[in-house]
Amino acid sequence: MGNQAFDEILGAGGGAPSRAELAALCNWIEATPREELRRRQHAAEATFRQLGITFAVYGESEASERIIPFDIVPRVFLHDEWARLSDGLIQRVEAINAFLDDIYGERRILKEGVLPEDLVLGNPQFRPEIAGMRPPHGVWAHICGIDLVRTGPDEFFVLEDNARTPSGVSYMLENREAMLRLCPELFREFRVAAVDSYPDRLLEVMKSVAPHGVSAPTCVVLTPGHYNSAYYEHSFLADSMGIELVEGADLVVDDDMVWMRTIAGRVKVDVIYRRVDDDYLDPLVFRPDSALGVPGLMAAYAAGNVAIMNAPGNGIADDKAIYSYMPEIVRFYSGGEAKLPNVETWRCREPDALKYTLDHLDEVVVKLVDGSGGYGMLVGPTASKAEIETFRAALIAEPHRYIAQPTLALSTVPTLADSGLAPRHVDFRPFVLTGSRGVQVVPGGLTRVALKEGSLVVNSSQGGGTKDSFVLMDNGPQQTQTMGQGQSQTMGGMTQAQGFAPMGPAA
Amino acid sequence: MRLSIHHRTAYRFSRPQDRLVQMLRMTPQNTHDQTVASWRIDIDCDAKLREGRDGWGNAVTMLYAEGPLTELEIAISGEVLTSHSNGVLHGMSEPLPPAVFLRSTEVTMPDPAIAVFAASTAGGRETLPALHRINAGLHERFTMDRSRPVAGLTAGDAFAAESATPRDLAHMFVVAARSLNVPARYVSGYSLLAGEHRPTPHGWAEAYLDRLGWVGFDPCSGLSPQEDYVRVAAALDAAGAAPVAGSRLGEGEERLDVDVTVAEA
Repeated sequence: MGNQAFDEILGAGGGAPSRAELAALCNWIEATPREELRRRQHAAEATFRQLGITFAVYGESEASERIIPFDIVPRVFLHDEWARLSDGLIQRVEAINAFLDDIYGERRILKEGVLPEDLVLGNPQFRPEIAGMRPPHGVWAHICGIDLVRTGPDEFFVLEDNARTPSGVSYMLENREAMLRLCPELFREFRVAAVDSYPDRLLEVMKSVAPHGVSAPTCVVLTPGHYNSAYYEHSFLADSMGIELVEGADLVVDDDMVWMRTIAGRVKVDVIYRRVDDDYLDPLVFRPDSALGVPGLMAAYAAGNVAIMNAPGNGIADDKAIYSYMPEIVRFYSGGEAKLPNVETWRCREPDALKYTLDHLDEVVVKLVDGSGGYGMLVGPTASKAEIETFRAALIAEPHRYIAQPTLALSTVPTLADSGLAPRHVDFRPFVLTGSRGVQVVPGGLTRVALKEGSLVVNSSQGGGTKDSFVLMDNGPQQTQTMGQGQSQTMGGMTQAQGFAPMGPAA
Repeated sequence: MRLSIHHRTAYRFSRPQDRLVQMLRMTPQNTHDQTVASWRIDIDCDAKLREGRDGWGNAVTMLYAEGPLTELEIAISGEVLTSHSNGVLHGMSEPLPPAVFLRSTEVTMPDPAIAVFAASTAGGRETLPALHRINAGLHERFTMDRSRPVAGLTAGDAFAAESATPRDLAHMFVVAARSLNVPARYVSGYSLLAGEHRPTPHGWAEAYLDRLGWVGFDPCSGLSPQEDYVRVAAALDAAGAAPVAGSRLGEGEERLDVDVTVAEA
């Protein structure tokens, strides 16, 4: 599988660099001594460790805090590739927002028979508790992480939508900082779109979705606390935006309004970027045993007095069983074909699909519809006989819980392995922001790389690493990113508006 | 029929509480056969009350009270005019399609024993008679337990016992109906049959039939609710339709006393 894969830097198959635009990168890779690359990689990882960008691995006996390995060789998107990707992402996220607005409102898509009713109404991710409630400005999925895979120069597929609380944007920003510091020559060679405006853009989005009539909204980031595996990112984002990081206990709801306790007294809160799951948001409406949420929060939300981003109930849009209908969903709301295709998906709830899957278990990838993080997943071609038989039994017992997809020849990017530079499979999570003034795509994202030779599982919990993702700018006037004097490059130090084009409001 | 309802809910706390936030589902709505003539919610402290609606369509009242509080009493009093409807619910606005009520919850998980009971009791293919037989079957099978229900008891566990509370009977009916692919839900409210000074409001079930819409079934009586019932809230299970969902900020224990009296006015 590995030798057939498209390499994003070297081009198809080994040998001739068919991607001429990236010849300079190939030269850089060739010219820089391996020990030097390794030294820089270690320097970046040392920084990450020092910053505390760690995550907890579930299912490991000792509660280990790890950093996600960083690879020094960047992944590059050409300008026109990126433009096409952005179009597809915007279309997809607009459809996700329209779907959520519909499914908790009129449910036109069910009435017209585009989706099977039971798939939505019986889905645990559909939250009847919030039916009829509409977020301020009708924006539901403010921050989407759309996971993409690539199989060829122009072949991108959406692997998964993340419309709840997608994480990883701190890696996008920290990886870029590290690359600017450690490989400044690359930024002289290539005109790379800056990603550092992300926190400002996010704050703008937050302010734009504040309840009507609020002129200077107070925005906060709500975290489950420092035990959460993404706590670093929560505090990083709050810091970068210059807003408060709060836990549930810091907020109170009174008179259907949300207040933050401060030493100076109560401050009314208008917009909450929450990284707490729906289940734990409000013990009066969701899990009554939750101590992470805010009692009464959903009443404040229903009254239109607070914006919660992403909106409660979004899980129905990124559910893996719904995913297989995304082409229909995009068509229904946009009126056109999806610009970014799905990976072919067999819904095991359908008898023919189940039969096909059971007959091809050694070829396909099987996923739990409600799983994430690479758990509950079978990668047929690399699985043992015993693993395949375990999945066969599980599929027969509860077919509705699974989908299957072909094993794709994921693209590779040269990666610094123990033995030297070697191709490793990658995926990509761009971040798409939606405010009251429309949808925008940040020119960059999180590239995840499967560090094990031949592995297709890029999840950080399963031995994946990350890379910086360059988006090359158009051949406009020269405008390079340069390092500031000294070591302390701040996020606000580089500003570039190009490549981050706010789009018009959704139709 | 004109029914008069008094429903007192009293919390006593072993230590003073800093704050209380409660969601009350204690207000009946007008339907074709139920007209709320008067209704008041009185709180024995300075509390802010805000009216709203939950996702199920129930009228809710948010209660916000600042401490220190060692007790809280919620007194409901009202009069409701009802008429005979053969148990069929008319004139209620439904925000959710019936298929939502095929979902299960922790206490209404599908249960093999209840499914067997439902299938064997249902008899023919006609849904309405089948549901009536299940309703009557549950009524005959259990002796009535009028004490406060055990929190978190599943319908399956309740079905294994010999006596059952109205809440648990309603849960069993809901699980039985859903096992036949009939949407069903729990309803909280008041019933004249329950009498005076009861420790809980009443609870029964509703099932959705294609031609009739939502129809009430009360396994406590083995019959459908009549004009001596007042319907207040409905959800997937009793917790979703509970009169009070609350949260308090403060240490110590709480004691809850409920006293419900329904009489003909």
